[in-house]
Amino acid sequence: MSSQVLLIEDEPNIIEAITFILSRDGWQVRSHSGGHDAMDVVRARQPELIILDVMLPGRSGFDLLADIRSDAGLAHIPVLMLTARGQRKDREMAEKAGASMFMTKPFSNADMLEAVRALAGRA
Amino acid sequence: MAEDAVGGTLTGTRIRQQRLARGIAQGALASQAGISPSYLNLIEHNRRKIGGRILLRLAEVLEVDPQTLSHGSEAALIAALREAAGEAAEIGDAEGAAAPDLDRAEEFAGRFPGWAHLLAGTLRRAQAAARQVDALSDRLAHDPQLAASLHEVLSVVTAIRSTASILVETPALEQEWRARFHRNLGEDSQRLAEGAERLVRYLDDGPATGRDILSPQDEMDRFLAAADHHFDVLEQGGDVDAVIAQSDLRPGTGAHVLARAALETYRTDATALPQTVLLAAVKRHGLDPLALAQEADVPLPRLMRRLAAMPEEAVGPIGLISVDASGAIGTLKPLEGFAVTRLAGACPLWPLFRASAQPAMPLRQRIVQPGRGAQPVQAIAASEAAAPPSFNMPPLMRSFMLLLPDTPEDRDAAPMPVGTACRICPRTGCAARREPSVLGNTEDAKL
Repeated sequence: MSSQVLLIEDEPNIIEAITFILSRDGWQVRSHSGGHDAMDVVRARQPELIILDVMLPGRSGFDLLADIRSDAGLAHIPVLMLTARGQRKDREMAEKAGASMFMTKPFSNADMLEAVRALAGRA
Repeated sequence: MAEDAVGGTLTGTRIRQQRLARGIAQGALASQAGISPSYLNLIEHNRRKIGGRILLRLAEVLEVDPQTLSHGSEAALIAALREAAGEAAEIGDAEGAAAPDLDRAEEFAGRFPGWAHLLAGTLRRAQAAARQVDALSDRLAHDPQLAASLHEVLSVVTAIRSTASILVETPALEQEWRARFHRNLGEDSQRLAEGAERLVRYLDDGPATGRDILSPQDEMDRFLAAADHHFDVLEQGGDVDAVIAQSDLRPGTGAHVLARAALETYRTDATALPQTVLLAAVKRHGLDPLALAQEADVPLPRLMRRLAAMPEEAVGPIGLISVDASGAIGTLKPLEGFAVTRLAGACPLWPLFRASAQPAMPLRQRIVQPGRGAQPVQAIAASEAAAPPSFNMPPLMRSFMLLLPDTPEDRDAAPMPVGTACRICPRTGCAARREPSVLGNTEDAKL
């Protein structure tokens, strides 16, 4: 098993921090920061888990999630959604779009680790 | 029409009240005004409409302003009273209490002007407060600038929190990583400070600083209206930046962006058709937009914008409204006597909304809004492409409507009845109606 996490997020220092934490936990982390071509990266990487920011440059994370869920080859991959707004509307939209878990910024590293472990265990 | 009958009620009743208040007998007033007592009796009981000389003579004898007797000055007040009644009915006010008698609004305004003004004033203040609440909640819920600001701050906070806890919680962190995360922290804390400052500045510009919460369009309107829609600096080939720097518009706001775009257009228009050239042409042709556009060799929309930018002492009052393809109002220079609001959708019967159907065909129509005090106006409408052309794409149109005061020569054509916005429009049987009026035309339920 590859234990690969794909992190789709546009904030470079968040990418760096999450990459560091998850790498220390034994994950192989790949990151991508654009919205438009993110689907190509998901298809190419076939990660075990995806961490997906809602607000991406070029494309909404919700749209991306809908594409992942409607692709037979990718639909099974657990997706952890990140958003800067904890509003109920965002949470509802994430659930409707098929997010496996939802996390509000700013999160703690421990929460992030726990969420990734839980999703991977479920996967 | 019912409106006229009601209008008559007011004038007659007022004459009677004024006469009784002064203790003058009907016969005495009639003889001093030079009319027969029976005629005055008919007037006082609203069986005869009066105006002109008789009204003036009666006012003179009664020692009151003719306006006080005539209905004209009170039209707005009565419209406000009807509106108040409509709003009360809409929100299901006054449970169990008697509903206001809509058909007696004029009588109420005539007999108790103080109370009527108080009620109208209260309505206006309530509406202003409601608009402000709307603007506030809109600002919080949908304001893209606020959302972007908050998103930025939260993103940076997230990065800082993660980075900081790595530094604190990772025992024996390698020197290289430590240096890297410290640098990230430094960068992010700087960005956070800037983002927070922007956010605070933005929120500070709210009502607490005395600035009304206005939409960017309202703020732009206020800026343009303060200059009477005329900018000498730009007429003389000056710089847009210089004009905007003189204003109190804050850089980075929506109003600043809108005003800049309006001024850029102004400058381009002024270069193409300088004020001296246009005013000289107006001397020859009068306010004939087609002749002026032809002589100056500019498209009609540009000519219309230029006319609306001329000083009022040179060309008289001129109004201009522009809309985009969705019907949203862009430019708004009002002409007295023709009501326009950005708040509710405009009346689709305006020639403005027909101009883009055949962009090469400018329209000219005499139109009149409802209300007894309303004056017909000359509307000239034309469209232009709002963006450079693209292959195989229909042009994105923008339409303009110039509003000119009615002139005697125009009076041969009957004005076409139009409205302001459905909500406050009393016209019945209108095919264009999209929402019921608050003025209580119950028979006009068809949408």
